[in-house]
Amino acid sequence: MKQYDVVVIGAGPAGLAAACEAYQNGAGKILVVERDKEPGGILNQCIHNGFGLHYFKEELTGPEYAGRFIEMLNNTNAELMLDTMVLAVTEDRKISMINPRDGYFTVQAGAVVLAMGCRERTRGAIGIPGTRPAGVFTAGAAQRYVNIEGYMVGKKVVILGSGDIGLIMARRMTLEGAKVAACVELMPYSNGLNRNIVQCLNDYGIPLYLSHTITEIRGKRRVEGVVVSRVDGGGKPVPGTERFFDCDTVLLSVGLIPENELSRSAGIALDPRTKGPVVYENMETSIPGIFASGNVVHVHDLVDFVTAESQRAGAAAADFCRRKEQPGGEPAVAIESGENVGCTVPQHIRPDRIDQYAEVFFRVGRVFSNSEIEVASGGRVLSVFKREHMAPGEMERIVIPKKFLENASGGAVTVSAKEAKEN
Amino acid sequence: MTHLICIICPKGCHLNVDEQNGYAVTGNGCPRGAEYGKKELTNPTRVLTSTVKIKGGLHRRCPVKTDRAIPKGLMFDAMKLLNGVELSAPVRRGDVVLADLLGTGANLVVTKSM
Ligand SMILES: Cc1cc2nc3c(=O)[nH]c(=O)nc-3n(C[C@H](O)[C@H](O)[C@H](O)COP(=O)(O)OP(=O)(O)OC[C@H]3O[C@@H](n4cnc5c(N)ncnc54)[C@H](O)[C@@H]3O)c2cc1C
Ligand code: SF4
Repeated sequence: MKQYDVVVIGAGPAGLAAACEAYQNGAGKILVVERDKEPGGILNQCIHNGFGLHYFKEELTGPEYAGRFIEMLNNTNAELMLDTMVLAVTEDRKISMINPRDGYFTVQAGAVVLAMGCRERTRGAIGIPGTRPAGVFTAGAAQRYVNIEGYMVGKKVVILGSGDIGLIMARRMTLEGAKVAACVELMPYSNGLNRNIVQCLNDYGIPLYLSHTITEIRGKRRVEGVVVSRVDGGGKPVPGTERFFDCDTVLLSVGLIPENELSRSAGIALDPRTKGPVVYENMETSIPGIFASGNVVHVHDLVDFVTAESQRAGAAAADFCRRKEQPGGEPAVAIESGENVGCTVPQHIRPDRIDQYAEVFFRVGRVFSNSEIEVASGGRVLSVFKREHMAPGEMERIVIPKKFLENASGGAVTVSAKEAKEN
Repeated sequence: MTHLICIICPKGCHLNVDEQNGYAVTGNGCPRGAEYGKKELTNPTRVLTSTVKIKGGLHRRCPVKTDRAIPKGLMFDAMKLLNGVELSAPVRRGDVVLADLLGTGANLVVTKSM
């Protein structure tokens, strides 16, 4: 069986950054496995700009951002195996894969980084009543058809869901000559970035219907239209508010789910809220030596944060296979989600393993204007972060100093969000 | 006073632009927001990203962008021009596809080596 120091699964931005950083940190033999015919992951189809402002301090398109990391990887001695699908990972870090050249084979890794990204929720997962005609696509699949394969998916479009992919596709389809009749969102707010609502919908006069949903898809062979209804506070359609939109295409942008079949079969503990592995401060999962980063852990809206998180995972993986004896059993502080905080990543921090601060990411449960993020332990407030605006569509980042974590009572701190106090 | 959302970076600051007062901007998290607020109300521009045909590459489309923002009103004219372009692999990231697009001074460049 072939041996590697670090094996990275997935060559999207997460996998590329993790592999480069593992190399920088002294890992000798590195293997990156990618099932696609080219590296870059989802960024290859994200031809719009808005990537890299934090990391490169300039605005790049998805392929440009990926291109820079692909070049960085080419300057390391890491081996990139394309067109190769990983089928299983075991607790003792044996990785089985298959490709047309070598068939089925298994390698032994000193440390593993899981960077499989996420996949789209499909229509079945949310269930819209009506017929099952052609012309219903997930927004990401449509993005791939249009941007990579060069097929137009339709002429008159209604988009369900106002996540970033849906918004980006509204503009893309309009520029390619389609008419986007409406973008329909179940929630009273959009899950997409504000900038995308401005430059993808408002710029082209595409109406956004908040607190609305598609209640019926009509058409026999091809979509002929959809019925859209307003929903009440509980998300139920309000009778009498139905309106019909003539369209031949429906794009679903109803969310992403981390791709964790491999993690599950390896026995890695998953967080039911993020749907990704539970991780420590260095992105280590519940199984020592197996790390995870990027969209496989939690859905990111900014690739720059994916890169930062993946560098941490890559460095920790290199460190893991360099040590003969593994540390272990250090106390860990649980980062708990308080009021209005969805779920945090990491979920556990070992104060002994951080320098001075630990970064914590999470999403809030609703839209806030003038507000505060509070970190507390045992009823005592440790620190407060002010925010002028927060929304569930935008990931929040805070840093918690090591000394707070060392003194956390009961081995836990709680992160919560609320309106700022009037003063 | 006009309320705008800054689109320069994903932070999406909520700006207030005072037309009566030399387009003074408040609410911006950084200086680029002030510049954007003024420009959006006087001469709005956007970077255009799209694809063009390519022969001999792994895929049939090659992604491109304008290397600087062009006036919003020119988007559809620019798209028409792009329809007529066909590249042949290999191309490199940064290669100029069309120079001085529609007299805007912006070049259309390749964003992915293929
Ligand atoms: C439409 C869209 C628009 C976005 N817009 C922006 C934006 O404007 N600005 C911004 O900063 N961010 C944006 N993002 C977010 C950013 O692109 C993602 O967060 C980032 O690409 C996630 O990287 P990743 O490496 O975790 O996942 P991916 O890019 O999905 O990469 C995962 C890779 O793993 C491979 N893989 C999976 N399973 C296996 C297996 N079993 N064996 C082998 N290989 C496997 C996949 O083929 C894929 O290449 C956007 C995302 C999307 C989807
Ligand atoms: S004002 Fe600055 S920080 Fe705020 S969105 Fe604009 S560019 Fe970003």
